Amino acid sequence: MRNTWEIFKRDARSYFSSPIAYVVIALFIAISGFFFYALLSRFLNLQMQAMMQAQQMGRSITINVNQMMVRPLLGNMSIIALFMIPMITMRSFSEDKKSGTMELLLTSPISNTQLIVGKFAAAFALYTSMVIIALVYPVVLMIFGNPEIMPMLMGYLGLLLLGAATVSVGVLISSFTENQIIAAVGTFAIMMLLWMIGWLGSGSGAFSELASYLSIIEHMDDFTKGVFDTAHLVYYASFLFVAVFLTYQSIESTKWRG
Amino acid sequence: MIEVQNVTKRYGQTLAVDDVSFTVEKGEIVGFLGPNAAGKTTTMRIITSYMPATAGKVKVAGYDVFENAMEVKKRIGYLPENPPLYLDMKVEDYLAFTAAINGVDKSAIPREIDRVVELTTLGDMRYRLIRKLSKGFRQRVGLAQALIHDPEVLVLDEPTVGLDPKQIIEVRDLIKELGNDHTIILSTHILPEVSMTSERVVIINKGRIVAEDTPTNLMASLKSGETVQLQVEAPFDDVKATLETMDGVTSVSLDTETSVGENICAVRVDSEPGKDIRKDVAREVVNKNWGLLELKQISLTLEDIFLELTTEEEVQA
Repeated sequence: MRNTWEIFKRDARSYFSSPIAYVVIALFIAISGFFFYALLSRFLNLQMQAMMQAQQMGRSITINVNQMMVRPLLGNMSIIALFMIPMITMRSFSEDKKSGTMELLLTSPISNTQLIVGKFAAAFALYTSMVIIALVYPVVLMIFGNPEIMPMLMGYLGLLLLGAATVSVGVLISSFTENQIIAAVGTFAIMMLLWMIGWLGSGSGAFSELASYLSIIEHMDDFTKGVFDTAHLVYYASFLFVAVFLTYQSIESTKWRG
Repeated sequence: MIEVQNVTKRYGQTLAVDDVSFTVEKGEIVGFLGPNAAGKTTTMRIITSYMPATAGKVKVAGYDVFENAMEVKKRIGYLPENPPLYLDMKVEDYLAFTAAINGVDKSAIPREIDRVVELTTLGDMRYRLIRKLSKGFRQRVGLAQALIHDPEVLVLDEPTVGLDPKQIIEVRDLIKELGNDHTIILSTHILPEVSMTSERVVIINKGRIVAEDTPTNLMASLKSGETVQLQVEAPFDDVKATLETMDGVTSVSLDTETSVGENICAVRVDSEPGKDIRKDVAREVVNKNWGLLELKQISLTLEDIFLELTTEEEVQA
């Protein structure tokens, strides 16, 4: 436990002492902020039209802020997260492999699991801080409107789960190579694939069902609706478990290959 | 303390270490000597249980490096060839981190840092960012890291590489001092280093041990004869003809490495072991009325032994 904590502390400190963390967070907030603004303008436009219609026709149409704003915003943020996370995780093991500190870590009395969990937790902490900053959007909505709170919280929980799965893939890929660029691009490619595979799931039959089950974004959808389904939790948890297991194997095999 | 038994390591088709066996007793300093790519680093990585051997067994303090890796890792302080440093950390923070992952008690960490900073004379550098340190100081931080948990065994891979002459002397003195209560194995390809620091030398070449003894014994056992070097003002052919007929002389050759003036030749005279021919050579030269400019005996250095052993191996292969 102490070893995991020490690895976590060192990595987290290193993330936050490098400009990468701030660049990634700033990009995430800037892009999601743009979407927030765009969605908000569209929403206000629609509401204006609805009010005019209501005056002309004498009946009112309510526009649901959760439906029109929160869901698309969360959907967009989950895609931006897929783009940003590889930039966080690319350092994870790659930097240690390149600088030779891997030799220090592997000859210290700490287990591979402690090492992997510590490194994962540090990258995930950076992602989490990014998501926490993005809580500003629901807060703004709550100040100026009255959205439902539960679906928003569920959506953010979904973002965290999606992020945990993506970070675990990033850590895995970074354990393969000492080149940070390859680690980032590799992670990004896999996440793109896991996102787009869902597009094959629009038809019927076993294949499209499988395709949509595998898609990492599909599982986000229910969360943005405010539905908590343990099936999705199981998906993300097993995803995480497989990635950590493979990372363990990857670290072990480095030893054998030298 | 360290037992290496028939260790072999292959990387794919390449044989890096071939059936190596040796032991290091408690409190001993053993120098691991060999040219580049001889298998020194691989052997050290196996001892520190960084990587497993393809075949053979290694025990450190009675624990198998493969089956009881954790116990071994707790007892070893390891300085790899490139000091494993986090450049974005301050020396002090880095040492605190390495202390923690090596299981040093939280309350004892400041004290241990003080101790290793003093041992490695890091001084005020402890407050600096490692990125800002020179190569020599980085090397010392690496050494401090290896010492932080006060391990019984120290494995140092080329500890003096990149240091300036003054620092090299300091590090050697430090190693000797540490040798009083630590078991040390250090590798180097710098020969004087071994004779200065180590009680025993293991010479390795192409993955095999070619010699193992104290530096003095090695020099004694490998002396295949005495060599006298002289500079004479005379034609080489005459000198050769005269000296070759002398009693005990095995060969006379022109030393082309030493540059001398016109009419002067530098000559190497080899003789049978245990026979001092200097007086006879001097008398002969004077009798012939040649100008004797220089005459000295060359003793076999560790360098010669090293070259002899490693080149012999090449001929066999």
